[in-house]
Amino acid sequence: MQAWRNFKPGIWNQEINVRDFIQKNYTAYDGDESFLAAPTENTCKLWSKCQELLSAEQRNNGVLKVDATTAIGINSHPPGYIDRKLEIVVGFQTDEALKRGINVYGGLNTTVKACKAYGYEMESNLKVFFKTHRPTHNDGVFDVYTDEMKLARRSGIITGLPDSYGRGRIIGDYRRVPLYGLDYLIGSKESDILTLFQKRMDDNDIRLRAELRHQINALHELKKMATAYGFDISRPAENGREAVQWLYFAYLGAIKEQNGAAMSIGRISTFLDIYLARDIEEGVISESQAQELIDQLVIKLRLVRHLRTPDYNTLFAGDPNWVTESIGGVGIDGRHMVSKNSFRFLHTLKNLGAAPEPNMTVLWSSKLTDSFLSYCAGLSIKTSALQYENDDLMRQYYGDDYAIACCVSAMRLGKEMQFFGARCNLAKLLLYALNGGKDEISGQQVGLEIPVYGEETLDFKEVMRRLELQMEWLAELYVNTMNVIHYMHDRYAYERMEMALHDSKVHHYMAFGIAGLSVIADSLSAIKYAQVKAVKDERGIITDFIINGEYPKFGNDDDRVDLVAVDLVKSLCLKLKNTPAYKDAEHTLSVLTITSNVVYGKHTGTTPDGRKLGEPLAPGANPLHGREEKGALAACNSVAKLPYAYARDGISFTFSTVPSALGYSRQAQVSNLKALLQGYFMQEAHHMNVNVVNVETLKEAMEHPEQYPDLTIRVSGYAVHFIKLNREQQEEIIMRTFYQRM
Amino acid sequence: MIGNIHSIDTFSTLDGPGIRTVIFLQGCHLRCQYCHNPDTWDCNAASAQRYESTEIIRIIMRNLPYYQASGGGVTFSGGEPLLQAEFVKSVFSECKQAGIHTALDTSLYVAGKFVSEVLSYTDLFLADIKQINAEKSKVLTGAGNSMNISNLHLINERQVDIWIRYVIVPGLTDDEEDITALGEFMAKLDYVRRVELLPYHALGSHKWRLLGLEYKLGDTMVPTAVRMKELQARLELVSGKPVFIPGDLV
Repeated sequence: MQAWRNFKPGIWNQEINVRDFIQKNYTAYDGDESFLAAPTENTCKLWSKCQELLSAEQRNNGVLKVDATTAIGINSHPPGYIDRKLEIVVGFQTDEALKRGINVYGGLNTTVKACKAYGYEMESNLKVFFKTHRPTHNDGVFDVYTDEMKLARRSGIITGLPDSYGRGRIIGDYRRVPLYGLDYLIGSKESDILTLFQKRMDDNDIRLRAELRHQINALHELKKMATAYGFDISRPAENGREAVQWLYFAYLGAIKEQNGAAMSIGRISTFLDIYLARDIEEGVISESQAQELIDQLVIKLRLVRHLRTPDYNTLFAGDPNWVTESIGGVGIDGRHMVSKNSFRFLHTLKNLGAAPEPNMTVLWSSKLTDSFLSYCAGLSIKTSALQYENDDLMRQYYGDDYAIACCVSAMRLGKEMQFFGARCNLAKLLLYALNGGKDEISGQQVGLEIPVYGEETLDFKEVMRRLELQMEWLAELYVNTMNVIHYMHDRYAYERMEMALHDSKVHHYMAFGIAGLSVIADSLSAIKYAQVKAVKDERGIITDFIINGEYPKFGNDDDRVDLVAVDLVKSLCLKLKNTPAYKDAEHTLSVLTITSNVVYGKHTGTTPDGRKLGEPLAPGANPLHGREEKGALAACNSVAKLPYAYARDGISFTFSTVPSALGYSRQAQVSNLKALLQGYFMQEAHHMNVNVVNVETLKEAMEHPEQYPDLTIRVSGYAVHFIKLNREQQEEIIMRTFYQRM
Repeated sequence: MIGNIHSIDTFSTLDGPGIRTVIFLQGCHLRCQYCHNPDTWDCNAASAQRYESTEIIRIIMRNLPYYQASGGGVTFSGGEPLLQAEFVKSVFSECKQAGIHTALDTSLYVAGKFVSEVLSYTDLFLADIKQINAEKSKVLTGAGNSMNISNLHLINERQVDIWIRYVIVPGLTDDEEDITALGEFMAKLDYVRRVELLPYHALGSHKWRLLGLEYKLGDTMVPTAVRMKELQARLELVSGKPVFIPGDLV
């Protein structure tokens, strides 16, 4: 076949097996970045037009335009371009760049509210149609939610649930489209329908048959979408340019139809390298043209937009889409998987300037070359745009063809997906344990009803006994709530496009989360090692504490408290598994907050560690700011103790420092940052966000945002333009510990 | 053996090669006008923490993977660590057995016997020269610099590596003549491997106020990056040693 000329054959010729194709055909690149090319003239012209649009968007309250009259779908809008002469990769979600469509399947009210927030009115016929004829995911969920679930949600013990927006965190294996073409993929799904089922027809069979039919329809629609842009993607891609375009079309189909919180792209750079390397070998394109393709693909990924409500923005600030691209890692055979195209992807941060999207995630391994790690470390110091995740750890669970969805969620591409489940607030749960399930803010009975703690001085054993009871209550409620959400999401907002690019039978994870881990660990430590007296208010609810004495705090590499955090993670993980999950999913757990640590903090009363009512929790698995008394490595070591085996959905740690604290010279800074990552990951730690920025620069950017359009900073698991955060969130970031020496 | 400790920083890249755990010991007999840690002066400060050497060694060992990856190790600083030379020796000798690089950040304004005590266990001296001019040293630190000079010779003779640290305080230490004399002195010491020129900063001045002390350098300006680079070039020329200034000035 012309499309597969000069590719080394393998199992991938007989079945859909992208991993096999990659392993047989990729070329590991051991060299440094000196081969990289500058942006072409076309790219520069195109990017400068985009930058004008982006600053217009920023000036216009963060949203340039909304099409409030059309429910967005794969073929809802005619093709859109910025400048056809300059664009070598084409396609937008609507007919114009940065014009946001409305995705109603998640929730009608949410859509109406989001339109209103930016001065638009959702078209009335459309509103009536959905109201009368087409229930949404949100309707479905609230038909079934119990009072207990609603109360838990409202009080903030479980929050950020994807019950009115797309759940996201599903990665279509978009590489299948260029490698096989749509006709083959459709044929393969049709044949699955014939072969996967026995005579029996129970709920599961019926549902899967229906899902497969929806998937096939989506593939047909995708073909039509590409035709409108003038491309025939029914056949496989024949060269690099087609491979990039086909792959982007597949991703575009997914983000048109779904507004999932995280719409990650997978692990595409080394896959695409195989095509680009062949073109370069054949003399069809130059290095500069290869870079142009990647620059222009990345431009498209930077322009992905969804319409969100202001509420949503407080949880996930900075308009993120988590177009996460996983780069690097090592194969099962021990060869590292860095290709020239891995460098090209990273190089876009230089060619186009720093930006939060795509969310570049380096799969760190001790087997990566020094030249690649040095290049990454240098970029981190310049842009703060990279995050690092431990491939040596994850490979044991997910093999060598997995990718990260969102921030820290690993899954095998095309074989596994997850049901995203936001997070529960453990700091607040501790207060429920003390107050017998009564909410410390509203006074309502939310948790398991037991008497309010009677004694004045808190006894560690008794507090733990109470905490266990509340945790059991929470775990069961949390799983059940998630079951409702994902049942209804499948029913009313099924991701047929993304799932069409999966195997027909996939493994499901159900991903639960923890917020406030360091606060609850410190609180329990205070109760155990210092003396903590509870103070009740006029309602008889404990709302304040008097702490006498010192106690060890999480983030100082002190086992006395660190192991408390470890036990909490293990304990919640095991308790969750006691309640069966929808579609027989495997329960996983994350320690990750995104920016929601600020909101969750607002809804959490004063805690026994001395944190006051309303103050932010720490992001992800970070120690609470100001509590790290022994410097960065002690904090790293504390976080590294959290067991990945019990937090398979990821453990997020954000490390922030000023450039000069990394060393005297740039060379020393690069080498010290590399060593920091190595020392951290050698201890089986999972994730590190690296911020290298001066606090003064951040303060300056708060006052003069217009001068810092590109200033990028990593928060828990993703990167944002600093100026797109609200003031509260900006202040919280500045308040965080920036390691520096006086 | 018990050490009197001001604080611990597990991540430093500015106190010797690679990533280092820095143990700040409590107590210093100098009273440098620009000191940014006057809270480390008082040997009997209530805020100091007492640590067993075994506990300090445990803390240092925890970061072994980072030292290995970066060529780093442990640095004892202060205060003046050589006021607790026996404690330093007991920790350093264990570190040497474990193959951990040891550095001592010291003023060397101490009797030679304290230096001798730790010499065989110390891989690197991060040695201050406060002022090469004895009279000006007295003004700046409260003490003349004869011990400083003789200790540097001692370490050099024993063939242990030295990195010199010199703080540029406009008006007090940046006289061209002094810089030249400093360069000429260092040129004679083979084991001076590098020089770090540190710009004066006032970030520690609030600590003076907190301690009820008068901060005399209130009006002193921070040296500009241009000035730092000038002095760097001059010192490099005279001494023939590599001279570094902090990363954010480069």
